[in-house]
Amino acid sequence: MTTTTTTTALAARGVTLAYDGDPVFEGLDLEVETGRVTTFIGANGSGKSTLLKALGRVLRPGSGTVELDGAPIRSLPTREVARRLAILPQKPLTPTATSVRDLVARGRHPHQSMFRPWTAADAAAVDAALAATGMAALADRDAGSLSGGQLQRAWIALVLAQEAPVVLLDEPTTFLDLTHQLDVLRLVRSINRTRGTTVVMVLHDLSLAARYSDRLVVLGRGRVLADGAPWDVLTPEVLRDAFDLDARVVPDPSCGTPLVVPVEPAGDHAPVWVG
Amino acid sequence: MTATVDRGTLDRGTPPALRRGRVLAATLTCLVAVVLAGLYGITAGSSSLTVADVAAVLVGQGTGGQELIVYQLRMPRVVGGILVGAALGLAGALTQTFARNPLATPDILGVTSGASFGAVLAIVVGGGTYAVAPGLLTLGLPAMAALGALVTSAVVYGLAWRGGIDSFRLILIGIGTTAALTGLTQYMVARAQITEAGAATQWLVGSLSGISWASVWPVLAALVVLAPLAWSQVRDLGIGQLGDEVSIGLGVSLQRHRLLVILCAVLLVAAAVSASGPIEFVAFVAPQIALRLARTDRPPLAASALVGALVVVGGDGLARGLLPGEVPVGIITAVVGAPYLIWLLTRSRGGSA
Repeated sequence: MTTTTTTTALAARGVTLAYDGDPVFEGLDLEVETGRVTTFIGANGSGKSTLLKALGRVLRPGSGTVELDGAPIRSLPTREVARRLAILPQKPLTPTATSVRDLVARGRHPHQSMFRPWTAADAAAVDAALAATGMAALADRDAGSLSGGQLQRAWIALVLAQEAPVVLLDEPTTFLDLTHQLDVLRLVRSINRTRGTTVVMVLHDLSLAARYSDRLVVLGRGRVLADGAPWDVLTPEVLRDAFDLDARVVPDPSCGTPLVVPVEPAGDHAPVWVG
Repeated sequence: MTATVDRGTLDRGTPPALRRGRVLAATLTCLVAVVLAGLYGITAGSSSLTVADVAAVLVGQGTGGQELIVYQLRMPRVVGGILVGAALGLAGALTQTFARNPLATPDILGVTSGASFGAVLAIVVGGGTYAVAPGLLTLGLPAMAALGALVTSAVVYGLAWRGGIDSFRLILIGIGTTAALTGLTQYMVARAQITEAGAATQWLVGSLSGISWASVWPVLAALVVLAPLAWSQVRDLGIGQLGDEVSIGLGVSLQRHRLLVILCAVLLVAAAVSASGPIEFVAFVAPQIALRLARTDRPPLAASALVGALVVVGGDGLARGLLPGEVPVGIITAVVGAPYLIWLLTRSRGGSA
């Protein structure tokens, strides 16, 4: 008998979630292991972001509980949760007239109070977050003047400055070009590897999800359709089931992770020239 | 729904320390301006006092008549104007910030229209003749105005509650409630006797002419209690600019924070309107002017309060000093404040979000 060394950072226990009255999940159970990168994938409307919001106590489940380190998350003071769990939503509002450093500094909010103002530890956390995201040189720029890729790195720096051991990222690569998507995902993986941060994220690009995740959770029809290591999950059968997609899965020539190659219907794969 | 800020005037590379310095500089400048406007307000008026006369009175060397004018007429008016303006400016900054929308003023949340309804009800139903009106003006009318403001705000907040407060929904319900109450108020004015209608109309413009020391104390008490409470929410207000989800993620107790902010704003406006009538434009324009002076991401609270004080007391001083007759300050703030805001908006190269 072997003892397992993994611990559960976050868990959904019998969680029922509805969006505007329509049930998305009923009685869902899911555990997220500490120190790993777990990515939710699924078709549009499969409830990926909804589940992530429930895990981050942004949405309240109709029934069931979300547990953080074994304790019901809603029984914990929200400020204490914020010291242990950070959230980067899909569309955060970038403030005007605010420097990158001031934006990132707001990540220290859960560590401060009326009686515990800004300290050297706060400044050190902000500096470390700016350095880790490569934003140190842009720290005094106005956040509103950043490009999309720079801005996303600034937001990730805010999340890092929060120094929470668990981080939830809702589609962190949306609106970015491929280079900046890679940039963000490499950053996320390096945070996971160097700080041991538990990462749970929602991604749309299946091949990138496979490349940068330890575990993929495929959501659809109100439940978990497949769950496991990328090669175990990304099979043609699962892709057909979850995405209604006819695809082949081949080894990524760069890193050997599964690469999803959609198949064109017969006869359509080559352009037909009508002379 | 982002706060309106002209990006064109931002200094991209200004270090944060310098930005905070700019907030401090804007606040101190406003403070000096308020003091100067207050001193001018004491000298200005129909019975002319020179600066030397006022100085003589303040050191106890004035005549009995001069002392009466300074201590019983001009001082309560100036101090009351400063407090009313500060309360309105602070309330406007609070609501505009938490709602992330410059349109979200206490007027829109129904506070002002509720106060007006209560006051006009008191004038029309309880007023009757001029003989009764002075009695109402000292106690009954402010109390009715405050009651109207509080009841209306509670109704608006209750209607907007749906397992939590969504600021957009709150604004829409506030607009609807304001429209309904304004209609009812106008109906009462239209049906009232000519003397009562005149008194009601005069009250609805907003004026400092009825202010005495008795009406100053409630506003001062409200500010002394509520300004520190508002200040305790200043960091959460800053986090709130990043959106609801980020706020929750950073550990802000969103509903408790909003309830506190709305409560502060409602009580401040109720106190101010009870003393002076609805000087409506101040809560909207003062935070927007302060925002542009300090160049921050949200209206700075202290500077907004001071700009509000400056607009009210300066407007009232100008009305008494430069214009013939007794022009209510509510008219001055609209006529001077609105063009200034439009000038600030058009001056920026980038336009506003």
